Amino acid sequence: MSNTQSNKVITANHLLIGNVVYLNSQFDWVNSLSDAKVFTNETSIEEAIINANSQQHEVVGVYSINIDLLNETITPKHFREQFRNKGPSNYNHGKQSEV
Amino acid sequence: MYIYTEFDDAFIKARNSQFRNQVKRRVDGNLTEDEFKPLRLMNGLYLQLHAYMLRVAIPYGTLNSSQMEKLALIADRWDKGYGHFTTRQNIQFNWPKLNDVPDILDALAEVKMHAIQTSGNTIRNVTADHFSGAAAEESLDPRPYAELIRQWSTDHPEFQFLPRKFKVAITGSKNDRAVIRAHDIGLRLLRRKEKLGFEIIVGGGLGRTPMIGKVIHEFLPVSDILPYLEAVVSVWNTLGRRDNKYKARIKITVHEHGVKFIKQLVQKRYNEIRSTFTGVDPNLLTQIESAFAPPIFKSADTTGFKCTYENDAIFRSWVDTNTQKHKESDYAITSISLKTHGKTPGDASSEQMRLIADIARLYAHDEIRISHEQNIILPHVHKSDLPRVYDLLRTKNLNTANIGLISDIIACPGMDYCALATARSIPIAQEISMRFDDLKLEHEVGHIQIKISGCINACGHHHVGHIGILGLDRAGVENYQITLGGDATETAKIGERAGPGFSAEQIVPAVERIILAYLDIRMNKSESFIETFHRLGIAPFKKALYPNLKQSLKIENQGKAA
Repeated sequence: MSNTQSNKVITANHLLIGNVVYLNSQFDWVNSLSDAKVFTNETSIEEAIINANSQQHEVVGVYSINIDLLNETITPKHFREQFRNKGPSNYNHGKQSEV
Repeated sequence: MYIYTEFDDAFIKARNSQFRNQVKRRVDGNLTEDEFKPLRLMNGLYLQLHAYMLRVAIPYGTLNSSQMEKLALIADRWDKGYGHFTTRQNIQFNWPKLNDVPDILDALAEVKMHAIQTSGNTIRNVTADHFSGAAAEESLDPRPYAELIRQWSTDHPEFQFLPRKFKVAITGSKNDRAVIRAHDIGLRLLRRKEKLGFEIIVGGGLGRTPMIGKVIHEFLPVSDILPYLEAVVSVWNTLGRRDNKYKARIKITVHEHGVKFIKQLVQKRYNEIRSTFTGVDPNLLTQIESAFAPPIFKSADTTGFKCTYENDAIFRSWVDTNTQKHKESDYAITSISLKTHGKTPGDASSEQMRLIADIARLYAHDEIRISHEQNIILPHVHKSDLPRVYDLLRTKNLNTANIGLISDIIACPGMDYCALATARSIPIAQEISMRFDDLKLEHEVGHIQIKISGCINACGHHHVGHIGILGLDRAGVENYQITLGGDATETAKIGERAGPGFSAEQIVPAVERIILAYLDIRMNKSESFIETFHRLGIAPFKKALYPNLKQSLKIENQGKAA
């Protein structure tokens, strides 16, 4: 798959733990960005967000983020989302500690 | 220090029980997030970038050893082994899990602590001079009044849904260490001809529209403080704007209507409500005051201290930098730096917290303070105990001698944690402190305050830093603006923006250029950075920051176009 302007991933925070999660192709919430479903179609992502917002028993604060997709590697475009996907810079906590 | 009454205990227990049930209902699916969010915020629980964050109140920055030990226990049992002390004298735990928070709140209640009104549009934790009750030049310890205000404002039925948050700071000293002029209300306790009163300052604040507060009352008798505060908040609650959150703070209300008009309204409201304050409060204050009686200061020989001071240069440097004059000549106010070079400003590990608790219990009359500058204070240490205190602090890397120096940086959590942030603060602070430690220039530069915020909300107080740094998102890239000449003291001033911002890679070299320029142009070694700034203005520093001004203006214009 090539990189396009409209590539997006849906993200949220887990209700119980608060950690960053992403929606995968089975419409489950997963920890790893590499397992996230990449949306290329605005209509399908809007439908997915509506669906995801109904899963309030699992997650909080659903939204979509713009990503780059290169050689099947997903990278958030904005630094805020890059930090969310990594963890804080002052400790080895957050997602970087799970690797 | 103040100990909860049965009423306080019952109130906290009831609130904790309610919150436990609210969490259960949220997890069970009986509350939506929209319904739950205001409830969790009322109890200090935020959802940040990577996890929940619990903000615990440390009223007027005062703690005892048992409370500090409980914070350490919470850090170990329910968090990641550390806590972050904030510019509002609170502590934040960055990694609690939702289901654990009711247990954390119960643990806090065991040592008379809570997280109520550490969030939301309410009257927040009252902050105070961290040298209260100890400073040599203090008129009176203001903390009994801070406690009175805490009790008045907690769960106040009229003030639970204010236009925005409301922050009160108090001092009893001429020297302002509580930044009272940058708070919604700043209070300065004064003594005039044996009468006690408050100078009341209103409408200060930082954030998007920084303003220095204005005097609304020059000398209010202390017995009238609660009805007067109630009148001020009541007028703002009615008049304050609710159409725009950035214009909702009282500083905008005062700015738009003028302090003269606000004063008239406050006086009118005060006249209406004064009779409803029947004298219970002065009686309550008398009870509270007894809880803040000074400790029984000891007498001891200080020869050992003097000998160590004369013979141990490292100890001497620490004493000169980290201790201040106490009202008792054989005592010292001792600041413990949480700004070890390269570490996160304001963070303390659970091990460090326990050590500080032990030291406070053994050598500091069981009193601990948190400063808005994100350091820890032992307000009462006898000089004969200072060598032992220093040796103990050294075992946990708490002996950094940098209070008031360039590495004693205030920094908000920034985009490493905060959901509102637009850029990171912590790594900039770490890099600046490491840079000047490497250059071995810290003591040569002398007193200077660098303050860093990761967004316009200004939790890092950048507007009142001698050098202020504001992190922004400029077209998807972190960008840092510099302000110069800010002042957080009794001569409070908002800093001037120096010019175009710098990238994350450029900002530390930019700060270095400012400092090198200062060293070059200062009159002599005793002229501090801010004194040089006052003497020469911003021009020489701008010249150092932007050697090619035309080039930098071009960059700025390109940035605006983008």
